[in-house]
Amino acid sequence: MIDKIVRDTADAVSGIFDGATIMISGFGEAGSPVELIHALIDHGARELTVVSNNTGSGHVGLAALIENRQVRKMICSFPRTTNSKVFPELYHKGDIELELVPQGSLAERIRAGGAGIPAFYTPASVNTPLAEGKETRVFNGQTFVLEHAIRADFSLVKCHKADRHGNLVYNKTARNFGPIMCTAAETAIVQAREVVPLGAIDPEVVVTPGIFVGRVVEVRNPADESKLVAEDRRYPW
Amino acid sequence: MVNGDNKTGWDVQQMAQKVAMDIPDGAYVNLGIGIPEMVSGLVPEGREVIYHTENGLLGMGPVPPTGAEDPELINAGKKCVTAIPGASYFHHADSFTMIRGRHIDICVLGALQVSETGDLANWSTGEPSAIPAVGGAMDLVAGVKTIYVISKYLTKTGAPKIVKQCTYPLTGKGVVDRIYTDLAVLDVTVRGLQVRELAPGISFEYLQQNTEAKLIR
Repeated sequence: MIDKIVRDTADAVSGIFDGATIMISGFGEAGSPVELIHALIDHGARELTVVSNNTGSGHVGLAALIENRQVRKMICSFPRTTNSKVFPELYHKGDIELELVPQGSLAERIRAGGAGIPAFYTPASVNTPLAEGKETRVFNGQTFVLEHAIRADFSLVKCHKADRHGNLVYNKTARNFGPIMCTAAETAIVQAREVVPLGAIDPEVVVTPGIFVGRVVEVRNPADESKLVAEDRRYPW
Repeated sequence: MVNGDNKTGWDVQQMAQKVAMDIPDGAYVNLGIGIPEMVSGLVPEGREVIYHTENGLLGMGPVPPTGAEDPELINAGKKCVTAIPGASYFHHADSFTMIRGRHIDICVLGALQVSETGDLANWSTGEPSAIPAVGGAMDLVAGVKTIYVISKYLTKTGAPKIVKQCTYPLTGKGVVDRIYTDLAVLDVTVRGLQVRELAPGISFEYLQQNTEAKLIR
């Protein structure tokens, strides 16, 4: 029998090793798997390379993981937001590496990683500093830059509903990087607001088919990151 | 210096209004963060315009009333929005397929500098102390069919933003089609920047005095 449901978030992140590459879903707080990230802080794996669009807010979630010095390198498109203080401070001190990638190239590198495509050409960033040192090639008179796929050892993803096969649906714009990050990791670890019986999700509306998912944990009332930030909460609590 | 000369031109609302008037019925439009966001509220009645937001929503509606915000329904600026009837959600690779694959008709962006050949710099001043952050800007200028820039003609200190050549790191080369400023609307053409419309009280000569870029009447 296939049962990808695990008991709690600690079980969900077990086996994450030092030096792992980890994709973390979310665009700002929407879709950020705060509870899984906090479990990873408790778990303690270090020297991580994290692929995520942003670098977190305040002192919870991804920002707390960075503040706890578990992240060696960030691969992202927009490492600052109004409430991001942790990453800028470490970056200025030279204590964290940054690989800045245009957002669409980041998404496509993840998609390609999940689809078995090693690299691709894109028009984004041509003639800019972000294309420096990268191969270029002309197709039909236009220059394109070569971008390489990204794969991860683990993905941490937040979704709305899941079943024991790992079929997922998401909530509104919290979907963002979740589906592609599930495809591009050896083990995709998903927190779902609700685990439902097989068949409860109409096959026509499944967004992530279960084959892409390794583990599912139910987190019934996930925190609103912005609320935690407004209350100046810090993890570990 | 503009204010000192009493050359106030259009205010931000009027600039956004000019952009909105140029968005045709049926267009798929992506709005950048900040002033470009104002455009959606100003499109004339009777035009159906569909707003795309890079974080996975086609059919973005207005800001929700207080108390009805959903932190999982946001725009590219990470502000709470709504979804109109007929809207759809999708993941990031699909969202940038719409952008890079030339499915979006118009994108409206802010600028630090625009050159006379339509080069855009809008993501970094290149200062070593700044945290570089690019978001979706480079994908948007590479893939959206028409790029409108909305920006003041001069910086707060009176330096030109319309320049012969950008000194800040580029977002894209030769990508801008039209520039909506507080003093004039300019089209990027092969011969130079064509003045399409002047704000009341602003002369062509005044515009040209404040840029080294080549302007055409």
